Amino acid sequence: MSTSITINVNGRDIEARKGEMIIKALERDGIHVPTLCYMKDLAPTGACRMCVVEIEGQRTLAPSCAFPVAEGMVIQTHSPRVKMARKTIIELLLADHPDDCLYCERSGQCQLQTLAIEYDVRQRRVMGSKSHCGMDFSSPSLVRDPDKCILCGKCVRICEEVQHVSAIDFTKRGSESLISTTFDQGLNISSCINCGQCITVCPTGALREKRSIREVAEALNDPEMTVVVQHAPAVSVALGEEFGMKQGTDVVGVMHTAFRRLGFDNVFSTSFTADLTIMEEATELVQRVTGGGALPMFTSCSPGWVKFVEQYHPDFLKNISTCKSPQQMMGAVIKTYFAEKNKIDPAKIFSVSVMPCTAKKFEITRPGMGRDGVRDVDAVLTTRELAKMIRAAGLDLSKLEPTPADTPFGNRSTAGKLFGASGGVMEAALRTGYFLITGNELEDLKFEAVRGLDGIKEAKIPITDDLTIGVAVASSLANAQTLIEQIRNGRDDLHFIEVMTCPGGCVNGGGQPFYQDEDAVRNRMGALYKIDMEGDIRCSHQNPAIQELYAEYLGEPCGHKSHEILHTHYTKRETTI
Amino acid sequence: MFPKGVQGILDRYPNAGRDQLIPILQEVQDSMGYLSKGAVVAIGKALNLPASKIYGVATFYNQFRFEPLGKNHVQVCRGTACHVKGSGTVLEAMEKELGIEAGQTSRDGNFSIEVVACIGACGLAPVIAINGEFHAKVTTDQISGLLAEYRETEEQA
Repeated sequence: MSTSITINVNGRDIEARKGEMIIKALERDGIHVPTLCYMKDLAPTGACRMCVVEIEGQRTLAPSCAFPVAEGMVIQTHSPRVKMARKTIIELLLADHPDDCLYCERSGQCQLQTLAIEYDVRQRRVMGSKSHCGMDFSSPSLVRDPDKCILCGKCVRICEEVQHVSAIDFTKRGSESLISTTFDQGLNISSCINCGQCITVCPTGALREKRSIREVAEALNDPEMTVVVQHAPAVSVALGEEFGMKQGTDVVGVMHTAFRRLGFDNVFSTSFTADLTIMEEATELVQRVTGGGALPMFTSCSPGWVKFVEQYHPDFLKNISTCKSPQQMMGAVIKTYFAEKNKIDPAKIFSVSVMPCTAKKFEITRPGMGRDGVRDVDAVLTTRELAKMIRAAGLDLSKLEPTPADTPFGNRSTAGKLFGASGGVMEAALRTGYFLITGNELEDLKFEAVRGLDGIKEAKIPITDDLTIGVAVASSLANAQTLIEQIRNGRDDLHFIEVMTCPGGCVNGGGQPFYQDEDAVRNRMGALYKIDMEGDIRCSHQNPAIQELYAEYLGEPCGHKSHEILHTHYTKRETTI
Repeated sequence: MFPKGVQGILDRYPNAGRDQLIPILQEVQDSMGYLSKGAVVAIGKALNLPASKIYGVATFYNQFRFEPLGKNHVQVCRGTACHVKGSGTVLEAMEKELGIEAGQTSRDGNFSIEVVACIGACGLAPVIAINGEFHAKVTTDQISGLLAEYRETEEQA
């Protein structure tokens, strides 16, 4: 049976697949209809009505995101009637919108603003009463400004369907409708895991990260402070997009130069401590597998995932690796080893990290992430915030000369760089784990089975004749939830599970440049794998700077000193779930 | 762990799914007078639904309240006849007098206000009911005195 049918769009016949929604066929043919609530992989809601089209024989306009194609359908996507309807919708959405675009965080990157320009809305025709809900600043990671919300519901859906968290939902009714938490509490005491995926899908300025630019700028202007910066693996392959570069461009060299021009004293790479994480985590895994310990072991680098387990699955806390995340490990070695070596008082070091993530802003506030009243990391900037700082300093990335990061924490293996992609931690851990168990190096370093954008990836990796390790990689918490349920129901063939909170891993994090479609994520991922292919040192244990750090300071992986500064613990968390 | 009454109600709905949510919410409110935070969380656990979803459903309907009732419960009718006869200003005056909004309970716990759609006494519009006692053809300047009566009864008792 043929699944292909023909529909006529704007006077032209195009092919469509039986049962699909009109918008899918239009997309494939390169016809763009505007949307505000449409989410590609999720069930349609038809909430915003921006995507309406005119179908011959239908009395009313139909939302193309929620209307299936039929053989012989005749559609107009940009007829005067359709365009007028869309313009009216925009005018109505703007009727109760605060008129503060000039001051809005999202100005220039706001879909509502863009549509208002596209549809030539040049005067206020409808004036509605404005809502004054007040902003929610309670979360360490996110800020909610419901007055700017257009109730498209994307944040609610990504929180529920992709992350399985449901911290927010529609409340009340009619003109009082509002997206809010349970009992309108602050996000900080809700079940929000700070991943920031809601920010990336929000079409307006109703959701944004909590900014840290000011505190960083203050530290940079303080002559007494040594300001140290680390950048996560996924940042350098996405930052370029903020400056109009092609998706997947790696700007690591010029970014280092930009950091120095901004006034940072030392520029380090979080990929270095990703290598360190691998040394600790692979050792921990080997200990658990050979010496008995809670299995499967879950990774701990994604702070959203850690909070998710703390509030929903406290019985699995013993399964999470005790390793701090690479960000926190870097913070810890900066304020201990680096401070001692350079004879700087740790309290006089301001440690900044640039992350593709909003949950990292939360992670630095966790208990146990510092010592003697000094925090390991003092401020977290998202990739977007870094772009703002670079622009504000008048730096043109395309004109800067690339420079390397500083030693010793700027030297990484390419395995550490892979942390930015879903499956990357797994691949890096397998390379080193194989070496730790067998004493030999792998011949083929590539683990194809754990690469790519699938939500759950699994593999059986033979290590020795009697030892085969079962591994799984989950990205997005709904997928992690699936694995947890399988394990709870008795599944026992898995030893090691990597979980990334965001779909596709950190390259698709909540702090990355806006409008990350699947292509952007794929290209950023591709850039990381290209860096790995072309690297000289591709395994964490081969990184000479790591070997030196162990020889000079830490002793051995999972040794006494490591436990003191590189490991942490988790506790059951009481939140409104 | 959960409020006792709530658990008792939930026990009577074994294997309940989301389609039982509203009857459960109604029953809990009937027995406790309002939906407490603990009750919402407990219902969520029992139905395997996130608390935010339950709060979202409950706030959609006017019938649910999230604060305990006051000692004196004021129902202001906002049905069509009362509306035409000015119940909007009556409600406004009531809210101003008590310093609370519809759905809330005054801090001293003496009064709570509820908006109801129609209490079937259209001939008496605008009508309010305090503790089930009807007051007909209410005007805004009567409200202060009316409330004072209930306050006094409270003090004498």
